[in-house]
Parts: sequence; C-alpha cells; structure tokens
Amino acid sequence: MINAPTLTADADDPRAFNARGAWNVANVEVLERLCAQAARADIRSIDLRSVTALDTAGAWLLERLARGSAKQSVRAVLTGVDGPYGDLMEEVERLNRAALPERKSVNPVLQKLDQLGRGSKRLASDSAAFLHMLGAFSFALLGVLRHPRSFRLTSTVYQLGRVGWQAVPIMALITFLIGAIIAQQGIFHFQRFGAESYVVDMVGILVLREIGVLIVAIMVAGRSGSAYTAEIGAMKMREEIDALSTMGLDPVAVLILPRILALVVALPILAFLGSLAALYGGGLVAWLYGGMSPAIFIARLHDAVSVTHFEVGIIKAPFMAIVIGLVAAAEGLSVKGSAESLGQQTTSSVVKSIFLVIVLDGLFAVFFASIGM
Amino acid sequence: MTDAPAIQVRDLVVGFGKKTILDHLDLDVKDGEILGLVGASGGGKSVLMRTLVGLLPKRSGQIEFAANGASDRRWGILFQQGALFSALTARQNIQFPLRENARLSPQLLDEIADAKLEMVGLAREDGDKFPSELSGGMTKRVALARALALDPALLFLDEPTSGLDPIAAGEFDALIRTLHRTLGFTVFMVTHDLNSLQAVCDRVAALADGRIAAVGPLSSVLRSDHPWVRAYFHGARAQMLGLGR
Repeated sequence: MINAPTLTADADDPRAFNARGAWNVANVEVLERLCAQAARADIRSIDLRSVTALDTAGAWLLERLARGSAKQSVRAVLTGVDGPYGDLMEEVERLNRAALPERKSVNPVLQKLDQLGRGSKRLASDSAAFLHMLGAFSFALLGVLRHPRSFRLTSTVYQLGRVGWQAVPIMALITFLIGAIIAQQGIFHFQRFGAESYVVDMVGILVLREIGVLIVAIMVAGRSGSAYTAEIGAMKMREEIDALSTMGLDPVAVLILPRILALVVALPILAFLGSLAALYGGGLVAWLYGGMSPAIFIARLHDAVSVTHFEVGIIKAPFMAIVIGLVAAAEGLSVKGSAESLGQQTTSSVVKSIFLVIVLDGLFAVFFASIGM
Repeated sequence: MTDAPAIQVRDLVVGFGKKTILDHLDLDVKDGEILGLVGASGGGKSVLMRTLVGLLPKRSGQIEFAANGASDRRWGILFQQGALFSALTARQNIQFPLRENARLSPQLLDEIADAKLEMVGLAREDGDKFPSELSGGMTKRVALARALALDPALLFLDEPTSGLDPIAAGEFDALIRTLHRTLGFTVFMVTHDLNSLQAVCDRVAALADGRIAAVGPLSSVLRSDHPWVRAYFHGARAQMLGLGR
C-alpha cells in the first residue's frame, strides 16, 4: 500500500485523534513511532474512518493506544469502525487481557552453582547410560552365544562393509601422511646429532605401539561412531525402536549388537593396515628426504621393533571399538524428538568417544608398563 | 473484494521424469473464498500446492496471483506436520516472519505474538514451550499462528485437520472460519476431511487424473458424473455423514 499512515490530533479538540492510511505490518516501523508520540497525549477518541488498510499489527497498536496507560482509567473511544475491520477490532479488543507473568530475577552466583549441579547430575546419568548400554550389550551377546542362530550375520557383514571396507582408503591415506610427517620431523631434528638412523626406531615403535591404533580409533569415532548415533537417533525419533520392542525384539540385539561387533572386527584390521601405511610413509620419506635406502630402512626396522610392540598396539583396538560403539549407541538412544537434539547427541557422541579412547590408551600404557611389555 | 481471482492457474503441467502429475490443469481461486481441494492419495494435491507456492518447478502453464500483495510472498502456509522450527519456542516461531520482514520493538513483537497465540486459542504460557513439547493440535495451532504472522492475503493449508481427533478437528475448522471472517484472507486448503469440506469450504475442487474434475459449491460437486468424484463422495464413509443421498 502506498498511502503512508498518519495519526494527528483534531484542530478543534486536542484529545480527539484521526488515524489515516494503511495501518498494516508493512508500515509497522512508522506506526510504532506514531503511537509512541501520541501516547503522551490524553487521548479520548480515535477516528478510524480514513484507515485504508488494517491488519492485526495495526489493530493491536490502535487498541493499545485506546487502552492507554495504567494510570489513565478512561478508555478512548474508537469511532468509524465498520465494515470488514469491525470484526478485527472487536477480536483485538479481547486480546492480551491477562496480566504478564512476573519474571523472577536470578542471582548470577546461584545460577552458576545451579549449572554446576546440573552438569554433575548429567555426568552421573551419562555414566549410568553408558553402563546400562554395556549391560544390555553383554546381555544381548550372551543371548547370541546361547542361541547362535539368532545372530544377525547379514546385518553384521553389511555394517562391517560400511565401517571396515569402505573406511580403508581414508584410513590408509591419513596414517600414511602421519607416518611421513613423523619421519620428516625426526630426520630434521635428529640430523643435528647425526642420529638420523634412529628415526627408524622412533617411527617403528611410535606407530606400532601408539599412533597407528590411536589415530585409526579417533578416525573411526568421527566417521562411524557419529553415523551410528545419527542412525539410531533418527530411528528413535521416528519410533522405529519402539516398533521393534513391541514386536518382541530387543533393539540392542537387532540394531546395536551387529554394529558394535562390526566395529570390533573392523578396528584391529584398520589399525593393522593403518600401521603398515604409516611405516610405508615413514620409509618413503626416509628414502626421498633422508637418503636412507629402503633396504637399510627395512633392516633397521627389523632390529628396532619386535612382535611385542605390534601386540601392544593391536590388543588395544577391540577395546577401543567397544567403547566407541557403546558411546555411539547410548547417545543415539538418548535422542529426544527434535532435530537439534539429534545434532547435540551426535556431537557429544564423537567428543565422548574420542575422550574415552585417549583415556583408555593412557590406562593401557600404565598397564603394559607395569607388566613390562 | 474484487472480482479478479486470487490465484489463476492456466494449462499447468507438472511432472517428475517421465511421469506427468498435473496435466494441463486449470483452476481459479476467488478472492476471499475458502477453496477445498480433494483428490486421491498420491494424485497430486500436494504437488499442486507446492507448485503454487514455488517449491516445485512447473513444466509449462501460467500461475498468476492477484496484485493485492500475494505476489510478494505475502502468503502463509500451514504445512501438514506444522514444520515448526524445533530450535525455537512457539512464540519465537510466530515472531520469526515478523522479525525477518519488519523492524519492531521487542515489546511489540511479544505483544503481537501473544495476540496471535490468543487468536488461535492458545494461552500465553504455551508460547514458552518448544515444538517437541506441544501436542498435535497445539502444533497445528502454533503453525497456523505463524502462517498468519504477517496477516497474509492468501493462506495455504495442507491437510489442516489430519492427525487430530474429531473434537479437535471440529474446533480447528471453527477457528479457520472465525479467523477467515475477522482477517478476510483467501484460503486454499488441501483436505481429506469430509467434515471440513462441509463445515468450512465455500467451494470444493476435485482433482482426478491430473485435472480438476469438478469445481463449485459442495452441492454441485456432489452431482458430478465423474466416476472418481462419485466414488469419493458416495462411498461408505461419505454416506455415514449423509453427504451422498
């Protein structure tokens, strides 16, 4: 609408106002300013005869003006209200009558304490959810061991293909680069002591014991753990989990057991391939950057590492897989109805599983050190 | 109210791949009326609505909107599942179109949102709830309030009463009628609810085989000879409501 809205006092009577033009949401900025100016006057009547357009926003502003301030007990009379706008003004007149609820002011210190308390409680309930998932997983695993026919082989193999086979290229690439970077850094800094040849020991032991499995586990948590959480969460949102339960099936046995078992099989394989790729990357850099021929690299590697180093690394892999799988499943099942909650749980799944993988790695380091491996 | 139709559809063809859903369809939606569109499931009702609002591309044909504001996106749409933004409260959902299209003070924003909440029959406290905390009927009401936030000249409703119990559906029909009277918008409503057709719609259009098979007041559509329209309005469920003879 082109005609701009106006609100002016009558020439004869300063308490009688005339509203003109389009009182709609397109002009609401102007309208609000007009009403704020007019509200200072003692309005007794508003003539709406020349209003060309009226919608809820405009009608509400007029109504608010008519009601006046709390001190002013007299209600202004709205005249010239007829035709299609009569119903709207009538409707608006009964709106927003209820008193506003009072907002309580909160002590910021108490608020912080409140948040801390809630956070601690959430930590406890999260741990409980994780333990509950561990229990449900063990129960489902026992059930499968007692009745092997109930094992879902097809589903497990399918999941294995997704988290294992399809993950091989990216895992190999990342670990290859990590191995190469470690070797390059080692050569660069060891050169000063003339100790370049020890780079082979460093790369070999570091990759086989720690880096190979840790990098792969972190990648799997980000790649497959998040996918598990999102899938299971979406199924929870669409009541698919409830449908399974009502059919007398255990969702943990049907959905979660195959996924976690697939991870338990896939992670050691990926860690093994990842370690190979890292050693390959290290060897390549040692040859091209450090000038160490592949034959010498392999011979030194043979002296430097033993099967023990490989065992220390690979033993950790299945445990990390279980932790990643359990966290992903527990987070997926705690998704609530909204899209936001799905995103939140997926994020927290990845963060928690990476954190727990690193903690687990630390515990294993202490353990292996104490048994002399 | 002018005589020019609010929406004029001529020769509209819409399809996906080799499938043609709407086949040279013609339809007029008159200014200020409530038009109900019926049709078989998967027959293209939602496709027609989504094409009208520009969510689907058309292959050929014209869609023209009346000049009274509907063309500059001054329309409201009530999606079947509500489509409320789950990260925002009910009140923020209603305020969202206002906030994006006009510059209002926070106080006025709250007041208008509360007024809309009350107009669709909800309490002010419901405005603080998140969509996941709302029941089916309340979700539809909040979604309607959001669709009405800018006082559109044209309102699209996609199965407004689906998923509601008969009492809630009846109340929702009455609400649409009341708001239609006070706010004076044009309604294009896709529905399956025979009760709604009877209680709310001024005219009914029946979509069959990609075209409008019959259009007019319910009584005249009931007399149509088109086989699908006959099956629809003279089936067992329609008989129960006393629609068919």
